[in-house]
Amino acid sequence: MYGEQLVFKLPLEVLLGITGKDFTLIAASKAAMRGATILKASDDKTRELNPHTLMAFSGEAGDTVQFAEYIQANVQLYSMRNGMELSPSATANFVRGELARALRSRRPYTVNLLLGGYDNIADKPTLYWIDYLASLAPVPYAAHGYAQYYCLSLLDKHHHPDIDFDEGMKILRMCTQELKRRLPIDFKGVLVKVITKDGVKELDYEDDVKVDVP
Amino acid sequence: MSRRYDSRTTIFSPEGRLYQVEYALEAISHAGTALGILAKDGIVLAAERKVTSKLLEQDTSAEKLYILNDNMITAVAGMTADANILINFARNQAQRYLLTYNEDIPCEQLVRRLCDLKQGYTQTGGLRPFGVSLIYAGWDPQREFQLYQSNPSGNYGGWKATSVGANNASAQSLLKQDYKEECNLKEACGLAVKVLGKTMDSTKLSSEKIEFATVGRTESGKIYHHLWGADEIDALLKEHGLAKPEDTEMSEN
Repeated sequence: MYGEQLVFKLPLEVLLGITGKDFTLIAASKAAMRGATILKASDDKTRELNPHTLMAFSGEAGDTVQFAEYIQANVQLYSMRNGMELSPSATANFVRGELARALRSRRPYTVNLLLGGYDNIADKPTLYWIDYLASLAPVPYAAHGYAQYYCLSLLDKHHHPDIDFDEGMKILRMCTQELKRRLPIDFKGVLVKVITKDGVKELDYEDDVKVDVP
Repeated sequence: MSRRYDSRTTIFSPEGRLYQVEYALEAISHAGTALGILAKDGIVLAAERKVTSKLLEQDTSAEKLYILNDNMITAVAGMTADANILINFARNQAQRYLLTYNEDIPCEQLVRRLCDLKQGYTQTGGLRPFGVSLIYAGWDPQREFQLYQSNPSGNYGGWKATSVGANNASAQSLLKQDYKEECNLKEACGLAVKVLGKTMDSTKLSSEKIEFATVGRTESGKIYHHLWGADEIDALLKEHGLAKPEDTEMSEN
C-alpha cells in the first residue's frame, strides 16, 4: 500500500553464486537467525526447483521458505504437465513475475534470490540475480546482502567466464575467508551446491579453516 | 433412431459416437485442401483457396494461412469464422506464455492449449464443436522443426507430412508415396505443389488459387516464417511446370 513503506534491512545472510565453463556454484550461509540470536547452524537456504535449477534465498524469515516452495511447486507442476523441464531462463522470468506481482499486493514477499542453473539446450551454466523489488539480472557471479561488499571486488578481480571447477572452488574459498575475516557476525559457514549438466550436487565444504585477521 | 442423438453435441449415441463431432469432420472434408510437409531444414504449408467469384477482391490477406507467433504458423481447413476464434485464442496464449516466461511457447504446448479448448466444446452442453482442422508448423529449441495436425474432437498428433480438407485421403496417399525422410525445404515445396496440383479440381494452378508459407532457418541460424507473395508462388509453379500458360490467360480475356 502507498504511504506504508516496504522496510528492508540488508540481510546478514550470505548468498554467493559463481559460474564457470561447465558449472554454477551456489553457496548459502548455514545460520538461521532471528534478531541477534542464532537458532540453527545447519540451515539450508536453497531449494531444488528441477534437476537443473537451484534457488538460494535470503530475507524475511517465513517469506523466504514460503516463496521458495511456492515457486518449487509451480516449476515441478510445469514439468509434470508438459513432460519437459522449464529452462533456467524461463524459470528466472517466472520467478521475477511472481515477485513483481506480489510486490504490488497488500503484503509483498521480502526475499532476495540467486537462481543457479544449467541450460541443457544451450549447454551453458547460468546464474540469475533477483532481489525483493523484482529486479532480474543474468550475471557471471553474484552475491546478496552484506556479502556483496566483501566478495564482489574479489570476484571482479579473479573471476573469468571459463574457469574450471577447481578454480571456481578456489575463488569461493577466497570469498568465504574474506567474509569470516570481515563480517562482524558468525554466519556458521556455508552450504555449497554445484549445478552441472548432470544435475545438482551438494559438496563437502571445510568451514573451520583458520583465518588470519590483521 | 440416431436423430435423437444428433442435436446434442455432448451426448453419446448408442453406438458410442458423438455425431456433432463427426458432422464437423464431414464439413471439413468439403473445405479446400491444406497440407504440410516437414523437411530437415524447414516446413512448408500449402493450402487451396476456393476462388468463389472473379469479382471478389483477391489482394486481401491470406485466408487459410496464419501466423500464430514468432515461431509458428498454421493452415486452416473448415469454417473460417470458427478458425478466427481459434487463431485469436492461440495468439493470445502464445503472448501470455511469452509474458510469463520471456521465451516462446513450445509448439506442442500451444497445440495442446488449442486442443483443450476444442475438446471443451465436445463436452460442455449447448454448443457446437469448432468446424476446423488445423495444421501447425513451428520450431522450438527442444524439438526443432515440428508439424502437427488437430481436428474438431480435440485430438492432435505430430506428422512428417499430412493434409486436411477435400481429397485429403488422396493427398495423404500421394504424400506417403513421395515423401522422403531426408528432403530439404526446396524439395518439400516441390512435393507440396505437386500434390496440390493433383488433388485440386482445376488442372492448372495459379497464385490466386493457392497459398504458400514456410518456416525455415536463415543462413545466420535465425528462425523465420514467411507467407509467400503471389510472384513467389507463380515462380514456384513455373519451376515445376504447373503454372497456367500465359497465352490461355490472354485468350480467356
